[in-house]
Amino acid sequence: MSFSTWHDFLYMGGHYLYVWSAYGIGVVGIVVTLARPLLARRRFYAEQAQRLRRETHSAEAGPNASHSS
Amino acid sequence: MNRLKTLWHRLGSPRWFFEISAPWAIGATILGLIGIVVGLAWGLAIAPPDYLQGNSFRIMYLHVPAAILSQSCFILMGLAGAVLLIWRMKLADMVVAAAAPIGVVFCVLALVTGAIWGKPTWGTWWVWDARTTSMLVLLFLYFGVMALRQAVPREETAGRAAAILAVVGMVDIPIIKYSVDWWLTLHQPSTFKLTAAPSMPPEMYLPLLISVLGFYAFFAGVLLFGVGNEILGRERRTQWVGELVRSRQS
Repeated sequence: MSFSTWHDFLYMGGHYLYVWSAYGIGVVGIVVTLARPLLARRRFYAEQAQRLRRETHSAEAGPNASHSS
Repeated sequence: MNRLKTLWHRLGSPRWFFEISAPWAIGATILGLIGIVVGLAWGLAIAPPDYLQGNSFRIMYLHVPAAILSQSCFILMGLAGAVLLIWRMKLADMVVAAAAPIGVVFCVLALVTGAIWGKPTWGTWWVWDARTTSMLVLLFLYFGVMALRQAVPREETAGRAAAILAVVGMVDIPIIKYSVDWWLTLHQPSTFKLTAAPSMPPEMYLPLLISVLGFYAFFAGVLLFGVGNEILGRERRTQWVGELVRSRQS
């Protein structure tokens, strides 16, 4: 362990602003990188499920129903 | 040799790639996150302070992996771009599409953490020297690849245009790499060298190594997942994707 107290750890020898802001931005970057494709995947499944439901509905309703709408 | 040929042909099948890559995507991402957390925590709390820079040097454990990955990612995009241009393999286009938004985040991270590290170390946020400028050029190359993919309406043409920029843009990579040797720069020389022993003691070096490996695994996992998204998007009208969507609903 390089620091003896929590205060020393957070203080970073006076460089706390630099060290912690850099790491904060780093965490944001990693979370964004991870979340973006995961959310895209969820959205894709939701959209496709909706599309499939819509298409089955219009197929069940028959050709006349889709003409009148 | 025959096996290689079979693999090459199979890469032409998006469905095969999607199914084979799914567990790897999750495994590599989790492994990478563990590596990143261990490497960064070790670097932040356990590694000894630098005798010259004190504790600000701890930014290195984030800055160096981000910088390495932003360059590796661009090399991968360039190679995938070449594969697309030469063999017209669709999967290569999907790799470019999935890699660019990841690489751009790493590139921004490298630049921003570099600026934050520069302030207490060099006394300035930014210098127009060879290393920082060539890294900024890399960021604009990423923007260019992403913009080309969006701006050109026909998907195939957009992919080829982005691939050409990715291939040509690779010129910047050796410039970044050797900028600290070719020109006098404020930036310190490479931390990692393949040909020489590290210039740091193991207590400082090991957490950096773990962090870099963690970033690589994380990148590989997220990239595979992104390629999976690209495959699903392009194959959304096919039977197998329809079945996949239905199986997830029940």
